[in-house]
Amino acid sequence: MKVEVNRVCFSYGNSAVLNGVDLGVECGKVVSIVGPNGSGKSTLLKCMDKILKPQKGVILVDGKDIGRLQQKELARFLGYVPQSGNSPFPSTVFEVVLMGRRPHTNWSVSSRDKEIVSRALEEMGLEGMALRYFNELSGGEKQKVLLARALAQEPEVLLLDEPTSALDLRHQLEVMNLISSMVRKNGISAVMAIHDLNLASRYSDWIILLKKGLICAAGEPAAVLLEENIRNVYGVETIINHNSGKPHIIPVDPC
Amino acid sequence: MPTGEIKLEESYSKLIVRKVAFILIGVGGLVVLALLASTLGTYNLGVKEVAHSVAHRVFPFAGFQSTEVIDTVMWKLRLPRIILAVLSGAGLALAGAVMQGAMRNPLVSPFTVGVSAGAAFGASIAIVLGVKFIGATGTGIIIVNAFVFGLLTVLVVASLSSRKGMKPESVILAGIATNYFFSAATSALQYIATDEQLSEVVHWTFGSLGKATWENITIVTIILLLSIVPLMKYSWDLNTMAQGDEVATSLGANVGRVRGICLTLSSLIAAVIIAFTGIIGFVGLVAPHITRMLVGTDHRFLLPASCLTGAILLLAADTIGRTIVSPIIIPVGIIVSFVGVPLFIYLLLMQRRGYWS
Repeated sequence: MKVEVNRVCFSYGNSAVLNGVDLGVECGKVVSIVGPNGSGKSTLLKCMDKILKPQKGVILVDGKDIGRLQQKELARFLGYVPQSGNSPFPSTVFEVVLMGRRPHTNWSVSSRDKEIVSRALEEMGLEGMALRYFNELSGGEKQKVLLARALAQEPEVLLLDEPTSALDLRHQLEVMNLISSMVRKNGISAVMAIHDLNLASRYSDWIILLKKGLICAAGEPAAVLLEENIRNVYGVETIINHNSGKPHIIPVDPC
Repeated sequence: MPTGEIKLEESYSKLIVRKVAFILIGVGGLVVLALLASTLGTYNLGVKEVAHSVAHRVFPFAGFQSTEVIDTVMWKLRLPRIILAVLSGAGLALAGAVMQGAMRNPLVSPFTVGVSAGAAFGASIAIVLGVKFIGATGTGIIIVNAFVFGLLTVLVVASLSSRKGMKPESVILAGIATNYFFSAATSALQYIATDEQLSEVVHWTFGSLGKATWENITIVTIILLLSIVPLMKYSWDLNTMAQGDEVATSLGANVGRVRGICLTLSSLIAAVIIAFTGIIGFVGLVAPHITRMLVGTDHRFLLPASCLTGAILLLAADTIGRTIVSPIIIPVGIIVSFVGVPLFIYLLLMQRRGYWS
């Protein structure tokens, strides 16, 4: 499965967010989109999942223009993991994950659906919480439930909107490990918007650096996470350390 | 981990069995309550007389005996009233559950989008100014006016909010604004009304089942049956919409369309009921909440179970209303809050966790 983004432009009213973004996602890769607040990371993800409709440009999934696909068909290819949100009505964890089966089912829940949901919960280590209320879980647990839902959806590409932004250190690593194991085990790819450059560096095969809706640099972490790129995009002086094999960014000061 | 796997699915399946059991118990309870309600009243009937009178009509050649007085009480007065109570309760609760789900807001009811304010305005026009639609006569004028204006407000709300992409916030805000407008218009009419007209308007807004006839039962039944099928079909979309529009979209729902259809159908149900009964509040807001506490938030079970809760609530309230200080009948719109609020608060306090915590 390949996703291709061709010269996509998107604006909210008069304020342009994406100004012609090109992007290709290969099978089995973890791609991180990094960039400052307002650089268009989340918007790009939402355009890819047809949650937002770009004013210009085309997005192809497996060679098909997503503009011509039914939302339900697209949902079998792409799984979207939002920044965790609450619902005003309390659903159990099992029910939340079961919603991931929605693109594949009509009305009734088959035993296969239940099996897939159970397996997804186990893979996330959530089997003990299946009947607890989603709203009562901690931020880290919620994020895992949303990952389980995406897993139950059986997509070919995962789109993740800042999956670690609200999590403690341990949960950040756990969630990133879960994402990379989902990618490896199921042979899918993942595209994530992420703020933490060091997590992006460690877990990504490919990094896209966005600045004001344009791609400023793209490539393997070591090729993108350079002092001059970060200075240019974030306006921050950094020291980059390569001891661990991947670039490790130590921020110094805004310049 | 095969053992864990089976356990998880089984515990979910058990939950489903419990939900279905709740619904079946509800059906049983409603039947018992209806039977009880048909024996109570100024003319007391026994269960046997009620059963014979029903059987006499339903199976005319089976040889069941019934007197004319009993038949009149049953078929002209009590049964229509009971059935309209059941249908109205079910319809208003269904409309409320759908609205709350579609707007992702627990405070919404069909009234939030202006159905009742519009209907009250329509009825007031008919009563105070005698303006009518489609040549209806007598009380028909009030019914038709209430229905037309009830739906008209929803059209206004829907068209205003569709310009903003049918976001829940825009629907609710447009609804509240429209509500205020029609309430003000009704007040203006009350201001110029005579004492007699004023009293009629006020009585209409109490909400009562006193005008139940087989004709209006037929109409309400048809509308309910026609709406419940598509609404049930959207159960999964409503489930995902509770998680937010973006999530629902990413899971394949056409959110704007589903919200628009749900808004239209639930308003249609509410408008047709209110046109016949006057304003019966509370059921549409609270019956879905009571039901969520009992069967959870999955709309596949919530929608039918809400119908049952609403039907039981309204029938119980009306039965109390017409027997407690008999022969005076207290309008059901008043009683239903007296009955429902304590029940609701009790359930809210007994709820272990999860709901509004």
